[in-house]
Amino acid sequence: MSLDSKIPAGEISQKWTNYKDNCKIVNPANKRNIEIIVIGTGLAGASAAASFGELGYKVKAFCFQDSPRRAHSIAAQGGINAAKNYQNDGDSTYRLFYDTVKGGDYRSREANVYRLAEVSANIIDQCVAQGVPFAREYGGMLSNRSFGGVQVQRTFYAAGQTGQQLLLGAYQALERQVALGTVTQYNRHEMLDVVIVDGKARGIIARNLVTGELERHFGHAVVLCSGGYGNVFYLSTNAMGSNVTAAWKAHKKGAYFANPCYTQIHPTCIPVSGDHQSKLTLMSESLRNDGRIWVPKKQNDTRKAIEIPEEERDYYLERRYPAFGNLVPRDVASRAAKERCDAGYGVGTSKQAVYLDFQDAIKRYGKIECGKHGNHNPGDAEVRTHGLEVVKQKYGNLFDMYNKITGEDPYVVPMRIYPAVHYTMGGLWVDYELMTTVQGLYCLGEANFSDHGANRLGASALMQGLADGYFVIPYTIGNYLANDIRTKAIPTDHPAFVEAEKHVADRLTQLMNIKGKQSVESMHKRLGKIMWDKCGMARNEKGLNEAIKEIQDLRKEFWSDLFIPGEMNAMNLELDKAQRVADFMELAELMCIDALNRRESCGGHFREESQTDEGEALRQDDEFAYVAAWESTADDKWNLHKEDLVFDVVHLTQRSYK
Amino acid sequence: MEHYNMDLTLKVWRQKNAQSNGGFETYKVKGISSEMSFLEMFDVLNEDLIKEGKEPIAFDHDCREGICGACSMHINGQAHGPWAQTTTCQLHMRAFKDGDTIVVEPWRANAFPIIKDLIVDRSAFDRIIQAGGYVSVNTGNAQDANNIPIGKPVADEAFDAATCIGCGACVAACKNSSSMLFLSAKVSQLALLPQGDPERMSRVMNMVDQMDKEGFGSCTNTGACEAECPKGISISHIGRLNAEYVRAGLSGRKIAE
Repeated sequence: MSLDSKIPAGEISQKWTNYKDNCKIVNPANKRNIEIIVIGTGLAGASAAASFGELGYKVKAFCFQDSPRRAHSIAAQGGINAAKNYQNDGDSTYRLFYDTVKGGDYRSREANVYRLAEVSANIIDQCVAQGVPFAREYGGMLSNRSFGGVQVQRTFYAAGQTGQQLLLGAYQALERQVALGTVTQYNRHEMLDVVIVDGKARGIIARNLVTGELERHFGHAVVLCSGGYGNVFYLSTNAMGSNVTAAWKAHKKGAYFANPCYTQIHPTCIPVSGDHQSKLTLMSESLRNDGRIWVPKKQNDTRKAIEIPEEERDYYLERRYPAFGNLVPRDVASRAAKERCDAGYGVGTSKQAVYLDFQDAIKRYGKIECGKHGNHNPGDAEVRTHGLEVVKQKYGNLFDMYNKITGEDPYVVPMRIYPAVHYTMGGLWVDYELMTTVQGLYCLGEANFSDHGANRLGASALMQGLADGYFVIPYTIGNYLANDIRTKAIPTDHPAFVEAEKHVADRLTQLMNIKGKQSVESMHKRLGKIMWDKCGMARNEKGLNEAIKEIQDLRKEFWSDLFIPGEMNAMNLELDKAQRVADFMELAELMCIDALNRRESCGGHFREESQTDEGEALRQDDEFAYVAAWESTADDKWNLHKEDLVFDVVHLTQRSYK
Repeated sequence: MEHYNMDLTLKVWRQKNAQSNGGFETYKVKGISSEMSFLEMFDVLNEDLIKEGKEPIAFDHDCREGICGACSMHINGQAHGPWAQTTTCQLHMRAFKDGDTIVVEPWRANAFPIIKDLIVDRSAFDRIIQAGGYVSVNTGNAQDANNIPIGKPVADEAFDAATCIGCGACVAACKNSSSMLFLSAKVSQLALLPQGDPERMSRVMNMVDQMDKEGFGSCTNTGACEAECPKGISISHIGRLNAEYVRAGLSGRKIAE
């Protein structure tokens, strides 16, 4: 099958308008008879399900958590971008589009990114109308801050809890639809297969995680909003339950998986403290507005941070990238931290950490505050008191979180940070309408591949999730469903449903019957270590080939020596985990294959064989300016399909933040 | 901060399912690092249980960074354990010392039936929100976000209320299992903001009505909810809720109009 991205004709700024003017629409009387299944209730899923309900469709919304409000979008800290130009600093739709394409190292699809930038302003309007309490200035206007990889202030935020506030806005819109009867909510349910009838997605098999029962659900269309797959690395900033299962089941049923090797390693996370570690915690990128990153100039320096004088500190981001300084994009900042640590300049007991220091910001803000009060010659103590107040107001919740986890006070000593897996740019391949290669099967938010190329800029994930759910899919799904108004609900005793359910039941039974010795957690940890070591921040041909072999061996071990206590037909958290990890074991191999295939460095994908003399990522545009979309074949292998990326507007250059 | 290891005795509530009777089981864990989170200590215990061929202890958890509101353990008689303004996942073992005995129970409230071990059903909270915890605005062409200025103090207060994570600690901490703090946080947020104004009366009446139907008790006015809230939501929001309720009642507003 050839890949048709269905990009509308015309000028880039007119594509979406033209599309909306010409796409098919389902009339209200027919919408009532059309059912849509939404998997996942994060920003993309909740906003899509709520919007479908508002339009009058019959919606079923599934999440594995105990409430839609707990989806991991809730944990996003820093903010959401929008081209509002409230700051009069030269922002525009074009500039947001350009920054995003460049930030993604020229590996995203122009038309999709332009549309994203175009609807970004509507998102802020919509959220404010819902009562989302964004940060404001004293005059009552919305406040903005800076994020990495851009030179304007376009990030809207709600303290360090922007994701929480946006998700609660979408959740409340969803609950309103539940009350109105348009949406039925299925909490503690996990999708375990897509049902395909006559080549079209027509339903799902879901497991009720409380009773263990398998359920069949029909839908005229199925919309996957199931998030990213960062937990393939075991340690990541994802929630413990975040998984690839829904997307992977769709992949096995014909949806191509695009650019799986594109992983975002976030530069500012709390470092690993020991083998017991179950997850890593992000310290928001917004901290790089004010925090300065440094390591000692001397290798293996064992002095405490406060004992190292200013002239013996290396503010390596400011040194290497004077134009963007501490606010370079995430991939660049992460690699720079790794480079310093690998060269022996790391700090802390593990030596796998760098400092993020707020002392200068405390002084700077303190002086400004004193000045505001007419005190132009304040003492150090007074400056510090006022400076601490400002920093506390801006980042208090993050500092508290750091303090609880590490036992150290970041107001006094610099934070220790290190990069960690945070986001996955790869995902199911979708066309301009967000449809996968399976008819009627859509994919939104982090679960798809479309907007961030090889590296996502900060505060763009929230933007994409809500753009897809509120403003894109409500239009594009109508263009498909308009042809489906005569399709009656397919009874769930249809052979396709029976067969899919049997397939799911067989796999669960097989897992329960292994009756080996090892726990899911212990094998997941081993998988994560292979991935982090060989398909992490730096990759090379030898390592990737080794990783593929190791993953295959581990998968064999998994299927022959796993032990799951408890019963299948009851709540069983070990079984839930096991079937998710089984899918990660398959995905991991594809990630390595994709990383091996892409013999260039771009964004978060750094192939050691392809770098500039200064150690920056070196793209090979002649050979690799394409989306790698992988088709799952019957013999559990993959075929590569390429979607060539055509850049009509943006000129490809070596990305520079110097 | 000095790190240390500890051996602990745990008394944990085990219950097979909603229908069965539960009871405490005693477990020993050894070599727990003071750097671990409370849930990582449970991970260690669960791995030990699996090695012995036993079923691990079921507990709700997801983000493990204090924001999703899933974790819900009652630890030594306190919702989310001994640290102030801290969820169970953010509670670290530095809070305990070698030889301690720790008692862990699920949230106890009629409106939160136990599903298994430490997991309870908090869907009552979803239904309270469904009763009116939103602004009725469809997706579409909302006016420009800066058209209605909202003063920073009001915006900040609304934000403080909106930081509720819906964990249910307020209910678990209350002698009456009242959900007034949870409910008031949403009513207060939306009553403070101009966007929430048109529906403020029906919202408060319907949400309170739903709270009563779910079987949550009345407010005790003791402030236990505020003391144990991991996000430090102030009981002043309950004050605003009461004022809103009285105002709506005096206006003759009926429930579920």
